[in-house]
Amino acid sequence: MLAQSTKLSFFVPDSSESFETTYFDSGISAGFPSPADDFKEERISLDKELIKNKEATFFARVNGQSMIDAGLGDNDLLIIDRSLSPSHNKIAVCFLDGDFTVKRLKLDNGDLWLQPENAKYKPIKITEENEFIIWGIVTNVIKKV
Amino acid sequence: MYALVDCNNFYASCERVFNPNLQKKPVAILSNNDGCVISMSDETKALKLPFGAPIFKWEAFCKENNIHVLSSNYPLYGDMSSRVMNILYQFTPNVEVYSVDEAFLEFKGFENYNYTDYGNQIRQRILKWTGIPTCVGIAPTKALSKVANKIARKFPDKTNGVYVIDSEEKRLKALKWIKIEDVWGIGRGLQKRLKPKNIRTAFDFTQLSDEGISKKFSITELKLKKDLEGIVTLQLDELTSKRAIATTRSFEYTFSDIDNIKERISTFATSCAEKLRKQKSRCHMIIVMLSSDTHKKDLEQHRASTTVKLSYPTDSTLIISNQAVKAVTTIFKKGIKYKRAGVIVTGLVPNDNYQLHLFEHENPKHKPLMYAIDGLNKKYRDYKIKLGNQDLKRTWKMRQERLSPRHTTNINEIIKVKC
Repeated sequence: MLAQSTKLSFFVPDSSESFETTYFDSGISAGFPSPADDFKEERISLDKELIKNKEATFFARVNGQSMIDAGLGDNDLLIIDRSLSPSHNKIAVCFLDGDFTVKRLKLDNGDLWLQPENAKYKPIKITEENEFIIWGIVTNVIKKV
Repeated sequence: MYALVDCNNFYASCERVFNPNLQKKPVAILSNNDGCVISMSDETKALKLPFGAPIFKWEAFCKENNIHVLSSNYPLYGDMSSRVMNILYQFTPNVEVYSVDEAFLEFKGFENYNYTDYGNQIRQRILKWTGIPTCVGIAPTKALSKVANKIARKFPDKTNGVYVIDSEEKRLKALKWIKIEDVWGIGRGLQKRLKPKNIRTAFDFTQLSDEGISKKFSITELKLKKDLEGIVTLQLDELTSKRAIATTRSFEYTFSDIDNIKERISTFATSCAEKLRKQKSRCHMIIVMLSSDTHKKDLEQHRASTTVKLSYPTDSTLIISNQAVKAVTTIFKKGIKYKRAGVIVTGLVPNDNYQLHLFEHENPKHKPLMYAIDGLNKKYRDYKIKLGNQDLKRTWKMRQERLSPRHTTNINEIIKVKC
């Protein structure tokens, strides 16, 4: 947020978003102040931990078994960061011939392969004929236990 | 220097991010209640579907041309818009969010930057991070940045979506190219007055004398002229509160009984009051309007509106709803099939600074009550707390037959990936 006068620009803290913070306030009392006040820390936030770039982060739900050995099981929640660049060995959400899919990217002699992580599935070679988009890079998997 | 960043066919582009099957295909987005077309992809525009086309008349045309018609998904568009705007703040602290899909940027102290490169970076980052394509126009003034943006949009092959007006030669060329009706701030009324004077381009407009413009038109047009000449006159607006708040809707069916109409008006009034409180304003005036189905020419037509002036400004749902319902009974005509109604609150004043009335004042209990209602509705969602005259039998859901999922705002509606 920004408020402007003719010459100076003032930055006003943006209070529209509230982060989970703990606020220790022992008030004004004549007694011994809480020593804990000197060691205030913010409570752990999974949002902050797992989402490095919130404008570019999206979520998706896994449907299938082909990535089971990489830890991506059916119904797991994927955290996808679109700002990351795709590269060899990254796990990516791709759009392939009309459907979203998630696979490991493999570059081999200039060819791009979508590598499943389950022996029952075969790798897919991407050719000119495919309608193909790398939609975003998977950064984390959240599963219910 | 100023930049105007404009998202291309924003609503249609948002849909395409989460449904890439719609890429390169004609897409049309409908207004609230699936009424008429309010956003189109370039492919749909090329088919000459008119903007604002009522869908019931154009259904066959859309089918014939394989146009993908969708209901508007405002939660999705709202979230994507805030992503785009937040990215813009990474390029300069001075951003004016102009609408859901456009923003002005001001660059102070960027003299050593290559603006074309910088514009490309803005475009690339928004495209990569959000999937939304944009155009960027950069120029010494706001009005010129709008013109530059139009050039970037019109000639994608030559500009790659970024155009910079950084010389007198480019400025003159641009002004001679752009038609007067496409210039920012030139409304239809003004255009009609300019046409007979043989003013067809922005350049013609800048050839008028300052005195002539301020005499025949107003200070606004004079400022626009200066801005088009490259002299900074229009500043970046800080976010200002709205001057009026409106909730108007078409109904799914027509209504000819007063009870149903009273209910709608009360619901619209409630929504206006809520928006008022959100932006911390109060209103002095309530406008209520009612209209029959203007597309059905064979039926008896009736359109009316009325204004209620309040003796003290308020943001109370109780007062606004009460007054609006009273007002609508005065314009309601028996035997008319009504299709559309609306409530507009205007004469807005800030909550913390308004004139008190000598003899009348708001019941002091309203303020904590409204606070409690807003809190509860925020906590439990779906408007659990309502007035007694709202939502008679919950038959009111907005018609959204072709709605896409809320991919970014509801965990149960996120995209599914095959694995």
